[in-house]
Amino acid sequence: MSELTNTDSSASADFSLLVDGLTLKVTAIGDWSLATIATNHDRLVAALDSLEYENVDYDFDGVTNLDTAGAYILAKAIRSTPDVCFPYELRTQSRGHQVLMREAADATIGRPAIRNRQWFDILVRMGKATEHFFAEVFDTLAFLGRFVTALFRQLLTPHTIRWKSVVAHIEDVGLNAAPIIMTLSFFVGAVIAYMGANLLASLGFQVYMVDLIGFAVLREFAVIITAILLAGRSDSAFTAQIGSMKMRQEIDAMEIIGLDRFEALVVPRALACMLSAPILTFLAMISGMAGGLIVAWTILEGISPTLFLARLQAVVEPSHFWVGMVKAPVFGLVIAIIGCRQGLAVTGSVESLGSRTTKSVVQAIFAIIFLDAMFAIMFYQMGV
Amino acid sequence: MDLNYNLPPMQVKGLGSWFGDNVVHENLNFHVNSGEILGLVGGSGSGKTVLMNTLLGLKEADAGDVYYFGQNRAELSENDRQSLRNQMGVLFQAGALFSSMTVRQNIMVPLREHTNLPLPLMSEIADMKIHMVGLPAFAATLYPSDLSGGMKKRAGLARALALDPKLLFLDEPTAGLDPIGASAFDTLILEMRDAMDLTVLMITHDLDTLFTVCDRVGVLVDKHIAIADSLPNVMQYPHPWVQEYFSGPRARAAQQAGAR
Repeated sequence: MSELTNTDSSASADFSLLVDGLTLKVTAIGDWSLATIATNHDRLVAALDSLEYENVDYDFDGVTNLDTAGAYILAKAIRSTPDVCFPYELRTQSRGHQVLMREAADATIGRPAIRNRQWFDILVRMGKATEHFFAEVFDTLAFLGRFVTALFRQLLTPHTIRWKSVVAHIEDVGLNAAPIIMTLSFFVGAVIAYMGANLLASLGFQVYMVDLIGFAVLREFAVIITAILLAGRSDSAFTAQIGSMKMRQEIDAMEIIGLDRFEALVVPRALACMLSAPILTFLAMISGMAGGLIVAWTILEGISPTLFLARLQAVVEPSHFWVGMVKAPVFGLVIAIIGCRQGLAVTGSVESLGSRTTKSVVQAIFAIIFLDAMFAIMFYQMGV
Repeated sequence: MDLNYNLPPMQVKGLGSWFGDNVVHENLNFHVNSGEILGLVGGSGSGKTVLMNTLLGLKEADAGDVYYFGQNRAELSENDRQSLRNQMGVLFQAGALFSSMTVRQNIMVPLREHTNLPLPLMSEIADMKIHMVGLPAFAATLYPSDLSGGMKKRAGLARALALDPKLLFLDEPTAGLDPIGASAFDTLILEMRDAMDLTVLMITHDLDTLFTVCDRVGVLVDKHIAIADSLPNVMQYPHPWVQEYFSGPRARAAQQAGAR
């Protein structure tokens, strides 16, 4: 029993090769099984390579145990060319040996060639990756288009929108995410206050840190933190939910029953994200500035809350607030679209669920930062 | 530990299993002879899967003993149990292939774990198993999600046979296959049994399989194996469930087909 793991028993299997004219006589003795073949394999293959013969004559009278692996190795003696397979003869007491050797001979002859790596493989991969990138962009835009048509079709008949589902998703996407987003934003506001304080104190303009916090939090940080958190939290959840539905053929069942997958799955999620994102962004703005205010007041001891708020009111125009807010629903939409699209792209395997979820988060964060840059250029041109 | 291959590969004595108050098996006895194919039938909810899991050691028996080649499994050390497991191959109902691996890699898993062969040789042996179960060579690099139901079963069988086990468990091997695929799979099981000197225990509801492949049939009814015998004898057994099972129109058709 324990011989399966025992590697020292290789001595119990042996072979001898004898060439007689065009015929090779292979005499095998002992135990030819998985446990013993490791050492014999290399010896046998090396010996066979140096011999000249066509036909093989096996003698298995001394074989005590033969399994598929042993038969496979012994069958390597059989020579074949693309056109001809040279015959073999087998002398044995066991019918099982006959069947095994027939199977093994078939398998050695039908073995597919092993593919070698080519020097241009890396170029092929780069090309495929580039093609894949543009295909993904194209598919996402196409998906967005189908979503918009579904959304407007439903907006014309608002009672067909699944409001219950929308509200349930708002709870998950918006309400449940609020604490973590506010906490993170608070810390980011505090960090900006520290950085501003260090930099501006050397110039003697410490009070300008209020301007910095106001600008940075309102225009960029609040909305970006919200969007990235949503991408990590909700976008991945959308992909996993829809992906596992796809794997269990629930999506196919919906299609047959006549439920539109966009109306049932995508529109509620997208609406929930578009409604939640501005609210979350607003909360992130408040807590980000609170973080800055508390650092400025308690730790840096230069700026009281009254001074902070007065300065904020004086220098930060409402347009900065709106610049941040207007981006929020766009980011929310993009997150929902990418999450749903990747979920629907899941195929049957567990592997694809994992890779689609990863892809979904990466694409969502990429899209958010790319769009943010586009917004920055646009607002600069508009002068806001 | 020495397994005595002359003794019955498996012997179940007084097995009992229960979940709380719900008794699934009570005083269940049967054995499998060396080299035979034993089919196991029983109604839905009769505890076939629980029995299979107990025999495989996935679930501990609540009462009674299971002997493999004369050894009581409950008394074996963890190492001996593992070497015993290496003598058992299992084809799960849906194949249970690892979905993140190709067919070839799936078959190589037991080889990697329990042998120290060089990798290229392992992959060649895996390819041979693929060939033996009748899959085309290109199936080696496919993932389970790319395979049809019948190919999954064949790939699962190839993995079950990777270590050349003595004992093979099949859970509904032909369920979900079309009649042609099912009868091809039946033939495959017979071929494998002859080539590899296997002892097979299969749970099946496929009457054609019972008639064409099984040497003996065990009936799991009333919490125990009521009878385990050759099919004609089983069909004479006067239990109402057995009579209903083997006297339906499907059974008659299968019997006629089997007789041909």
